[in-house]
Amino acid sequence: MIQADHLIKSYELGGQTVHALDDLSLRIDAGEMVAIRGPSGSGKSTLMNILGCLDRPDSGTYVLGGEDVSGMSPDEQADVRNRRIGFVFQAFNLLPRMSALENVELPIQYAGGFEARQRAEAALTRVGLADRMHHEPNQLSGGQRQRVAIARALVNDPDIILADEPTGALDTRTGEDVLALFKQLNAEGRTILIVTHDLSVARHCPREIYLRDGKIVPSVEHQLAKNFP
Amino acid sequence: MIFWTIVKLSFKSLAANKLRSLLAMLGIIIAVWSVISALALGAGAQQSIMKQISSLGTNLLIVSPGQRGRHGVMSGTYQNLKIEDAAAMLQLPNVSHVAPVVRGGVQVKYLNKNTSTSLLGTTPTYFTIRSFVVDRGRPISDADCDSASRVAVIGTATAKNLFGEDYEWGIGQTILVKGVAYRIIGMLQTKGDQGWFNPDNQIIIPFTTAMKRVLGVIYLNEINLRAVDEKKLDALQIQVTELLRKRHRLRPEQPNDFNVHNQAEVLSTANTILTAMSLLLGGIAGISLLVGGIGIMNIMLVSVAERTREIGIRKAIGAKQGDILKQFLIEAMVMTGVGGTIGLVAGYLTSIILTAAQNRFALVVEPWSVVMAIVFSVTVGIFFGYYPARRAARLDPIEALRYE
Repeated sequence: MIQADHLIKSYELGGQTVHALDDLSLRIDAGEMVAIRGPSGSGKSTLMNILGCLDRPDSGTYVLGGEDVSGMSPDEQADVRNRRIGFVFQAFNLLPRMSALENVELPIQYAGGFEARQRAEAALTRVGLADRMHHEPNQLSGGQRQRVAIARALVNDPDIILADEPTGALDTRTGEDVLALFKQLNAEGRTILIVTHDLSVARHCPREIYLRDGKIVPSVEHQLAKNFP
Repeated sequence: MIFWTIVKLSFKSLAANKLRSLLAMLGIIIAVWSVISALALGAGAQQSIMKQISSLGTNLLIVSPGQRGRHGVMSGTYQNLKIEDAAAMLQLPNVSHVAPVVRGGVQVKYLNKNTSTSLLGTTPTYFTIRSFVVDRGRPISDADCDSASRVAVIGTATAKNLFGEDYEWGIGQTILVKGVAYRIIGMLQTKGDQGWFNPDNQIIIPFTTAMKRVLGVIYLNEINLRAVDEKKLDALQIQVTELLRKRHRLRPEQPNDFNVHNQAEVLSTANTILTAMSLLLGGIAGISLLVGGIGIMNIMLVSVAERTREIGIRKAIGAKQGDILKQFLIEAMVMTGVGGTIGLVAGYLTSIILTAAQNRFALVVEPWSVVMAIVFSVTVGIFFGYYPARRAARLDPIEALRYE
């Protein structure tokens, strides 16, 4: 599903060059549920931006669902994000003053798709919010908002769901519920990437990619946490 | 994204910030309001003046004595138009009517009532040429002129001054003009005050009587001619000029000692001036549209900065640059369009109120000015909304998502 080879991305910061990604390669197969973890400054945000087609690598190739997306223009990237990637953010990032249903309809409208109403209703029903469709975000709890966001990520039937600290703004129990929903979606065959710094989140995922200084390094903690919960 | 979805969205985001939207639109509202009012005022004045001028008849020539003067220094008018000149003009091929005119100011008296009015001495043809209708009694006749009889046709304003509100009984009464008795034989149909001259406040008597008995003059103030056909008016103007130059024995190098006014020319000149005036008014008001547009741009820039995160979210879920550009452009256009419509209604109401408040003329909101106002205000929206919208469209999604 994801094949990234020799990704390099560096920034100029205060006159110094920072290598956010240092010749990084990875492969993620369809149907996997993977955690991307690492301390701050390890390059995980940069990796997420590149895997999410929000940014481009300086060099290296990135093939998503058989399509080389590493050299695309901003508008082509927007199209790939729309069709192939569903984003879930820490801060939910729903649009205010729009109902849950209208929020979920948005990706379909940008795709120029039809039957937006029915498909959005189906997605909201899938995440268990059939009775909250016409509520605006500020009338919903944190857990419900994140479910709306997950419905929005699902609605265009993307290749991968890319979640950035999806439980970061939730209490432990609600966080567990959201992770359980991700597991269910994974069990239905969806490919899920969760970017997090939190080991307790990462241990829900069968596989972890641990980053340090822009490189993938083996993580002992994850093995331990999985084997001895 | 579908156009109407974006329009609906724009209305929603305008409604979310009611006071701000209203303040932003206020510039456009006032601009369109003043453009519409100014153009309605201009068009109304123009229509009323044109109506007055063309009511005199467009196949009319008016010959008057020239300005006496040398090297640009004017010193009164010549006294050189004679009744024989008028008679000679009647022989020209394209002429249908000729009316000599003498004028003067007189005191008119009936019993103890006294009023000053203008006196006009002329022939029966004058009534035809100037479309003067005598709707009570009769106009003066050729026989009255031949015998220089002491008869008068009076305007209704003068009649009111002499005989009171129910002035109609005044027909057949005898009034004193400069102490001499005249019998009133008719009254003119009311024409209405024209601002610079009130045609209802005058008395008309035979020109022979006026010249010999009242004013004691041998020269005319004016000769009115009517052409057989409006199309022959220019030809007639040349013929009249040649005839008068010959009769006044002017040498080729000498300038005319008379003027020939062509009513059609007066009409088209007036029309040009009035159109220019009305465009000037509208143009000045139009500048305020520009100022209003700057206000829109300012608010749009604030709105883009404020909604940076929203733009980031939209981009993350697949909005292309064009989608964002469209959204903000349409929002600006909706804002100016709504503002323009409000201004339009306000301008229309203003024209109705101003028409009701005075009775001189009606303000006219012309369809083209309505179309222009709306087109211009939406254009202002596109023009001043483009820069903020482009700025929004070009935002980096990562930066925008990080924006607090």
